[in-house]
Amino acid sequence: MSLVLKDISLPLADFVLDANFETRGRITVIFGPSGSGKTSLLDLVAGLRRAKSAFIQLDGEVLTDTAKDVMVPARRRGIGYVPQDLALFPHLSVRQNLLFGHRPEQNPKFKFEQIVDLLEIGPLVQRGVTQLSGGEQQRVALARALLRSPRLLLLDEPLASLDARLKAKILPYLMRIRDTLGVPMLYVTHDRDETLSLGDEMVVLVRGKIEQSGTVREVFNRPANLSVAGIVAVETILPGHVTGSVGGLVTVAVGSAVLSAAEPAIPPGTGEVHVCIRAEDVALLADAGVQGSPRNRLPGIVRTVARDGAMMRIDFDCGFPLAALLTVQACEEMSLQPGARVVALIKAPHVHLIPR
Amino acid sequence: MSAEDWQLTWFTTWVSALSTLLILPPGLFIAWLLARREWRGKSLVETCILLPMVMPPVATGLILLKILGRRGAIGGWLHDALGMDIVFTWRAVLVALGVMSFPLLVLSARAAFEKVNPRLEQIAQTLGAGPVRVFFTITAPLAARGIAGGMILAFARALGEFGATIMVAGNIPGRTSTLSLSIFQSVQMGDDAHACRLLGISTALAFIGVWFGIWFLRRRKE
Repeated sequence: MSLVLKDISLPLADFVLDANFETRGRITVIFGPSGSGKTSLLDLVAGLRRAKSAFIQLDGEVLTDTAKDVMVPARRRGIGYVPQDLALFPHLSVRQNLLFGHRPEQNPKFKFEQIVDLLEIGPLVQRGVTQLSGGEQQRVALARALLRSPRLLLLDEPLASLDARLKAKILPYLMRIRDTLGVPMLYVTHDRDETLSLGDEMVVLVRGKIEQSGTVREVFNRPANLSVAGIVAVETILPGHVTGSVGGLVTVAVGSAVLSAAEPAIPPGTGEVHVCIRAEDVALLADAGVQGSPRNRLPGIVRTVARDGAMMRIDFDCGFPLAALLTVQACEEMSLQPGARVVALIKAPHVHLIPR
Repeated sequence: MSAEDWQLTWFTTWVSALSTLLILPPGLFIAWLLARREWRGKSLVETCILLPMVMPPVATGLILLKILGRRGAIGGWLHDALGMDIVFTWRAVLVALGVMSFPLLVLSARAAFEKVNPRLEQIAQTLGAGPVRVFFTITAPLAARGIAGGMILAFARALGEFGATIMVAGNIPGRTSTLSLSIFQSVQMGDDAHACRLLGISTALAFIGVWFGIWFLRRRKE
């Protein structure tokens, strides 16, 4: 999949959407606070909205080019769209909803049974859509879009309206769509966990402008500016591997170190994870001999010391790169310099694991 | 009820029903345009459609008479090209009823279309549906109650139409007389008994029409 957006200009209520990017990711996350123009961006790609100017190209085919007055209608774009309110047709049954865009006679890429099985909605097809729970409606909306065999799927905050328990249930279905069907997606969200679980690439959209784009880890680990840092919240994100689980504590190998995380919610059998540690949750000790309650004690060597607003940001190496935010006073008292030896303390609940 | 009363009842009913059916396609189309599209001159069209509701029906009837008469723009052409006369025939009754009830249908249908979430229509487009399919599978079914309500109003308005009909169709017994026209005529001629009989029929028709409408709308809701 290759998607190109150029020369976009769409005046919205109090700013102009001006979001130009290119992506080849399987799942490209459009990340940003609410009211930053994310839904309008999806509408432009879907062909549901006209911009003042826009050039949109999908897999080499020009879909929109205002300069040449090209505007392929939404029905011929081959782009599936699951909007935030799902837009299931309330007067039709689940089956009629699913079959609305399905064209079995055209030998589509995805077959009815296959999609129904994948999303486990077989028992629901005879029901009316108003009789479904939130999570069921979500799956039916996904299936309906997939049955059109789209070459790109647009998802607008698909998990935002669900509670944490349901989110954890739906997320694996999205991963399955990504891994089994290989449908590329533009995925709008403002949730960090979803972004890390699903995204390959991401663009950060703030008030209609793209502040940063790149791979998910790049953007999270190295926010391009303060605005992005404020939105994604700086922290250390590292690939890790779950090695065991004892008494509610999960042990995870990161680089050459082993960490303990209190993550009762992590599904059993999870192997590869993202390990997330916020810099403000890391405490430093100058003296390794002092005892403390935190589960994770990691000896390391300071690499850089830099001012970060009212705080000092210490980057050090403890078998993997880790960042800590300290007050200026603490930094001076400990006389932290590059090369100094320290011990990092992190409480187990502050080590956050996200399946990947 | 005399044979003449039966004829009156039957004529009034079918011509009202036919006018309601005939205004349905253009009425829905214009209601949809008003609800879903922005275009130049929209407010002008809106005003023209509402005019028959606010103008004296007799005045609307006079306009129709001028347009549809043999010397009128449309009437003259129809007479010359097809040899068809409108004025003072049952066709004139049909036109008068249609014009007078048109605004009621358009107003109801427009409000119903506006209540349909446009997101549903957009998503139907992304699922490959063209405008016609979107209208018939999404918009119209979801607006069905409002459309049905508008049809009942239009039908009821047609049943009771008087002013425009008498101008453009006259009151020719057995040809263009409707219940309302005959009630008026009976009272004029001092035949109170006949007027009361026709009044009874009118009331019964109105009752059946409204009762059926309410029953239908309730059934749709379920």
